[in-house]
Amino acid sequence: MLLTVKDIHKTYQTADGPFAVLRGVDLTLDAGETLALTGESGSGKSTLLHLIGGLDTPDQGHIHLDDQDIAILDDNGRAALRRGTVGVVFQQFNLIPSLRVADNIAFQARLAGRHDPAWDTTLADRMGLTPQLNKYPEQLSGGQQQRVAIARTLAPKPRLVLADEPTGNLDETTAKIVLDLMLELVSETGAGLLMVTHSTELAGRMSRRLHLRAGLVA
Amino acid sequence: MTRATLQALMSHWWRNPLQLFTLLAGLALATALWAGVQAVNAEARASYDAAAATLGEGQYDRLVRRDGQPMAQETYVTLRRAGWLVSPVVQGRLDGVRIVGVEPLTAPGGIGPVAPTEGGDITSFLTGEGQFFANAETAAELADFSVVITPEAAPGTAVTDIGVAQRLLGKQGQIDSLIVLPNQPKGRADLGTLVPDLSLQPAQGGSDIGRLTDSFHLNLTAFGLLSFAVGIFIVNGAIGLAFEQRRPVVRTLRALGLPLRQVIILMGAELMIFALIAGIIGVALGYVIAALLLPDVAATLRGLYGADLSGTLQLRPVWWLSGLAIALGGTAVAASGALYQIGKMPLLAAAQPRALAMAAGRRAVIQGVLAAILLGLSGVMMFTANGLIGGFTLLASLLIGAALALPLILDRILAAVSGLAKSVTAQWFWADTRQQLPGLSLALMALLLAMAANVGVSTMVSSFRLTFVDFLDQRLASELYIRTEDEAQSAALIAFAEPRTDAILPIQSADIDIMGQPTEVFGTRDPATYRDNWVLLQQSANPWDTTFDGQTMLINEQLSRRAGLGVGDEVVLQGTTFAIAGVYGDYGNPIGQAVIGEEIFAALYPAITAQNFGLRMNPDTVPDFLTELEAATGMPPTQAVNQASIKAISLGIFERTFTVTTALNVLTLAVAGFAILMSLLTLATMRVPQLAPAWAMGLTRSQIGKLELLRAVMLALLTAVVALPLGLALAWALLAVVNVAAFGWELPMYLFPADYARLGMFALLAAALAALWPARRLARTPPADLLKVFSNER
Repeated sequence: MLLTVKDIHKTYQTADGPFAVLRGVDLTLDAGETLALTGESGSGKSTLLHLIGGLDTPDQGHIHLDDQDIAILDDNGRAALRRGTVGVVFQQFNLIPSLRVADNIAFQARLAGRHDPAWDTTLADRMGLTPQLNKYPEQLSGGQQQRVAIARTLAPKPRLVLADEPTGNLDETTAKIVLDLMLELVSETGAGLLMVTHSTELAGRMSRRLHLRAGLVA
Repeated sequence: MTRATLQALMSHWWRNPLQLFTLLAGLALATALWAGVQAVNAEARASYDAAAATLGEGQYDRLVRRDGQPMAQETYVTLRRAGWLVSPVVQGRLDGVRIVGVEPLTAPGGIGPVAPTEGGDITSFLTGEGQFFANAETAAELADFSVVITPEAAPGTAVTDIGVAQRLLGKQGQIDSLIVLPNQPKGRADLGTLVPDLSLQPAQGGSDIGRLTDSFHLNLTAFGLLSFAVGIFIVNGAIGLAFEQRRPVVRTLRALGLPLRQVIILMGAELMIFALIAGIIGVALGYVIAALLLPDVAATLRGLYGADLSGTLQLRPVWWLSGLAIALGGTAVAASGALYQIGKMPLLAAAQPRALAMAAGRRAVIQGVLAAILLGLSGVMMFTANGLIGGFTLLASLLIGAALALPLILDRILAAVSGLAKSVTAQWFWADTRQQLPGLSLALMALLLAMAANVGVSTMVSSFRLTFVDFLDQRLASELYIRTEDEAQSAALIAFAEPRTDAILPIQSADIDIMGQPTEVFGTRDPATYRDNWVLLQQSANPWDTTFDGQTMLINEQLSRRAGLGVGDEVVLQGTTFAIAGVYGDYGNPIGQAVIGEEIFAALYPAITAQNFGLRMNPDTVPDFLTELEAATGMPPTQAVNQASIKAISLGIFERTFTVTTALNVLTLAVAGFAILMSLLTLATMRVPQLAPAWAMGLTRSQIGKLELLRAVMLALLTAVVALPLGLALAWALLAVVNVAAFGWELPMYLFPADYARLGMFALLAAALAALWPARRLARTPPADLLKVFSNER
């Protein structure tokens, strides 16, 4: 099993007191499998994604990625996990505005020490970004920027791809193109994909679907 | 990983070259002003040390005559025969060069010629053939003599054999002082019995000139530090803005797997590299500034303290290293807050650029509390501070407190004004100005400091000038001053002048020591000149009558303050007790001074005869008088100086003294102007989203540009209004606390409204010029760029 999440709890302190976002969530994901995580706003989807991606730590429970419990890793350990094993696609793209498209695509692979220029070229070509390689992110449309973000995530060939509403900022047509490409490339690399989405249509294209409600798997 | 991260971090600067330029230029300017001042100080101190090494000044005990006059050579022989290990020294000036004669066989090691670069012939030196040791600059002035180049020799000084010096200086058979060697044999005769007219001056572990000029250098250093502080505001602003803009990038880097510690180390290293580059540029600029300032500083030190300074500037490690250190240290201080915030920034917070206004709002409370504490401290210190450290602490707390309070004061003013706005455009303008305030506050604080420093220093200098001119009118009452060469000439002058002048005032003095303070005591004659012209700051009843009767003395303000002497206190000179009858102002004189009656002076110091005379006469008769004097006595007019010339020379020294201060003042203001320009230019790039709604709702781009210009000028005007009282408080602190501690005199404070108005106009002009370019850029922003604000494409 690529990913095993067991009895995860997470509570945030708010102005109105503690708020339990996750109250004992379990899930599994195999390599090459795609899983849609759906739910209402505030149901804990993004929080769960962040915990799996090592961006935050759970209050209770275990997250095993390739048999390694990431919930007990320190800051450096989680950073190493994000560099090498997990790739995250953000809704807001989070590109580095001062780097050209080509450098943005290569960036995470260089951080991970797995830079493969030939694979970068393939990704750029498949994503239709070749004419844009020398441009800066601000010179691209939203759809193009999201394609750069996906290419950056896939460049180091991570074992697990996490996507937080990757098409949330895109129009319907562009969203479909971007998702098709992502599914195609994830499938080719054999990575697992866990995607948070509001869209029932997008969720339907995943191999499995998990619905969260008030911090629990519905 | 490191390489990729560095590339990502550095790419920010290549994409924002203006920000990089602001950072480097701000830091380089700040370092330049600091390094320039330090270079001047280092050169001066090296000159003092060289003089001390050449003359052994301060290192060894010395024997001198109590009345300050040369001693007979026989005294030296007497002491040597009695077992005292002493070495004779003669010194004087020859064509502007200080000639020092030493006796090489008895002088302690290290005194005299040090490390000559050309082969010196010790035989020539010992046999008294007239060989000199001096640095290249001084050697050029002794073209007629055989000079061995000695780079480490004191500037303006040539060392030679004592016999040669005695002959050249006309001091045959005379010695100025005797150096007492450290290890003396036991069983030698008692000094008091052997040579009762000599006094032993103990070694002081440093040069007198070094101590005398400490205050001057401290003032320069303080100004250098102020200039640096103004520059650091630019650096702080540039770093703060760059970090603000890079917060999303930092989050992305961390999300992609870069450990926080490494992000901070790399960002810190990146800044240190910039600091090093800017520091090197700053040190180079500082060298240029120092080279430009050095002639005026040298003239000031020579005029005020008689200290000779080398005319050439050397690249001494002490100042260029301090320049680099302060560049690195200043950057570290400026960046520490920003790096701390990056360290505390949560990884998952919304990856949006944090609004400057919101951040400033959170800091406002802390800033307000700090400002209140510092201003409160300065308020207390105004009544309690004494001494230079207290004075500078007062200045620092006043300036920093006011700078911190400025954004809060401006915010309150703008809030009050916006409440009065009637039109919708005016309401938007004031609200938008308040929103801009946090981004501009560092530049405005720099402007406040620069303007306050200008008001304060110009008030001090102008007050000093007014007081000094009055003082010169009082003190230089004689219409003509004549220097005679010997007693015969003095007698001839008196005989000639007596029937042709209203009064002859001999000017005669002895160098003495009162309560540990080096002092000149003058013997003065009674005519009404002194009574009519000298202003006494404190006095007893009939001070002049008792002084001319030989019962009392008058002392200058410096001696009164440094020795803690006041009217009614007693001082003993040569066994005679004098009560102090008055204290007079004596501006520009670094040492103590005392005045006693002519008769008692002659009794106490019989060896001293007047060779300088002031003559009271009708000014119109001076040219004829000089012609007739030369015809009757052979005394050339070159031995005479008229009142106007002396005043001109004195004022010349005064003006040069403050040339450096004025230059630093102007440079500081220029740096502040640069800070405003850079802040406005940088903010202009972030203004489009804020201005686009106003444009969309009907304001033209031209109107927006004009309002931007108006905003900058209005903020500069408000800053100027705050700077005026701050500058006046600064002037008061300089006049009443720092000057008293540094120079020993307190000056009255005068106000110069026209000067302040002119300075205010300059500040507004500088702000308008600085705002012109960014305003023009905003006015010409293409509509497409403005439209992007409303689309998802941005």
